[in-house]
Amino acid sequence: MENTAQLAKKKERNDQVKIYMAKLARYTWSLIRLVLVFGICFIILQPLFTKFAVSLMSEPDLYDATVQFVPRGLNVQNYLVAFQEMDYFGTFLRTFGLSALVSILQLISCTLVGYGFARFKFPFKNTMFVLVILCLLVPPQVLMLPLFLQFRFFDVFGIYELLTGNAGINLMDTFWPFILTSLLTQGYKNGLYIFLMRQFFKGLPVELEEAAYIDGCSAIKTFYKIMIPSAVPMLVTVFLFSFVWQWTDSFYTGLYLNNYTVMSNALSSLASSVMSDQLTFVSPALVSMMNNTGTILVVLPLFIIYLLAQRYFVESIERSGIVG
Amino acid sequence: MQQLTKQKGQPFRKRRKGLTLRQQKARLGYFFISPFLLGFLLLFLTPIIQSFIYSLSDLTVTSSGYELNYVGFSNFNRVIRVDPNFTPALLQTVIQLISMVPVILIFSFFAATLINAKFKGRGFARSIFFLPVILTSGIILAMENSDLILSSAQVMAEEDMQNTSMQMMQFLQFRRLLFAINLPPFIVNFLVAAVDQIYDVVIASGVQILIFLAGLQSIPVTLYEASTIDGATAWENFWKITFPMTSPLIIVNAVYSVINTFTNPDNEMMSSIHYTIFSQSNFGVGSAMAWVYLAAVAIILAIMSVVLIKLVSRYQH
Repeated sequence: MENTAQLAKKKERNDQVKIYMAKLARYTWSLIRLVLVFGICFIILQPLFTKFAVSLMSEPDLYDATVQFVPRGLNVQNYLVAFQEMDYFGTFLRTFGLSALVSILQLISCTLVGYGFARFKFPFKNTMFVLVILCLLVPPQVLMLPLFLQFRFFDVFGIYELLTGNAGINLMDTFWPFILTSLLTQGYKNGLYIFLMRQFFKGLPVELEEAAYIDGCSAIKTFYKIMIPSAVPMLVTVFLFSFVWQWTDSFYTGLYLNNYTVMSNALSSLASSVMSDQLTFVSPALVSMMNNTGTILVVLPLFIIYLLAQRYFVESIERSGIVG
Repeated sequence: MQQLTKQKGQPFRKRRKGLTLRQQKARLGYFFISPFLLGFLLLFLTPIIQSFIYSLSDLTVTSSGYELNYVGFSNFNRVIRVDPNFTPALLQTVIQLISMVPVILIFSFFAATLINAKFKGRGFARSIFFLPVILTSGIILAMENSDLILSSAQVMAEEDMQNTSMQMMQFLQFRRLLFAINLPPFIVNFLVAAVDQIYDVVIASGVQILIFLAGLQSIPVTLYEASTIDGATAWENFWKITFPMTSPLIIVNAVYSVINTFTNPDNEMMSSIHYTIFSQSNFGVGSAMAWVYLAAVAIILAIMSVVLIKLVSRYQH
């Protein structure tokens, strides 16, 4: 009797040790995870903080070795100068208009195409989907020059030249190149959006549409009454991507817009234009302050949009099931 | 329709008004993807053929358009065999890419598993992890690379590190430790380079983390429950469930990383193509450069996908 009682006690103690060990392992693991997550977050956020700090510094601060990260006194002079030089409100409105236009058009066309690939059977479907990926693969630099010439001397099958004798319409410095490429899903990384939309629609249950069809809904009506509302999280994600990438894009805006100031070219010429106004020599401190202030100003609206859309963003990932 | 069926020699087939359901569906399918088809023909296929023609010719812009003179492969010859800067720049870009992509893949997979687990503040951590997608694109990344003060500060910090013997020792010890456990120098250099590039890696892997995370989310929890009840450890679960279930995404992500690094507008090749075309107005040579570059990308992608598909298919069976 005594023996079994002892054994039971021993076993109990053993179990307790095991429980403690498991607890210890769990705590250790969550501690390691905390450190790793914190470290990665720090790596991501640190440049942003540095930029913000530099944007609040004055010129002596930058040359002062004792000033690290925390500026000596708040100085909003940089922001005032950058606001004025970039023509911030005007540039903001222009960029917002362009980005909103481009991202809405891309959203519409990529959603249509993604839905077509996800739900319909037609000959050569797989071949065409390979072509979508191919479009994503070819670097835009290969297409840059022909596209430039195409929009510089824009013409449909030579009709314009036949009528007027001129070599096509000049579409540079207008929104038309952006509108056309977005409508026809050939904008920046549109292959990725088509891919994402297709995967999302594939993950939705077919019964949704079948029910609508049985109730006498046409395919197009089903698409915008049933499928679009259920795809809101992914739509927000794609919209966010295309808005942000258009906002910061310097490649296509550099290609198509020469005399039309949007955020990206305002930012890249900010430092030099400030300098030509104020000084005759190159001041690295001024360049740095202006670049950082400008970057903060460009990023700030995106940051706000990201915070608003972030809920949908994470939700779309959880529901998309990109596998397959 | 009646005539049509007769012509096809199927008079016994039931007469229909209009198309069959399948035909209707196919038509609708074409309707939905028509924007892409049009765009592919007009804004992709046409320019890509034109670009190839330009690379074979001498292009001059005149007041009333542009003129082409066919010059054969002399542009390619000039790019590959005459231009002293092109081949080294291409090689450097390729080598940088080959060293970056595996690190990006490993890191993004790791980060995705990290933020897939349940813990307090997960939503917050996730939104920070995806920030690079948003905040380091296009002009902002270019600004960062050209920032004088920050880079000079970085150089100073590095000098600081070299001067401080303590840190120097630690750095050396890390490397010596790696050598001491008999790792070949190739791997040691790779690891040290990976650690050096950690910032570039982190900000380049936003979309990849997203894709991996979506893959991890789609694994049913019941699989883990069943295997844990059967006595599998977390380590075994990872290699027997998580890894095989997400391995198709490794290919997707590898391809995406290669494309993303290659088409990054501020890598050396991209800027030199841009410079040749727009600043030197050397259109033919620029197009030839772009084509050589594209060929290099295609070869690397082909090799990589073959290797990866083999690796992944081994895990799937």
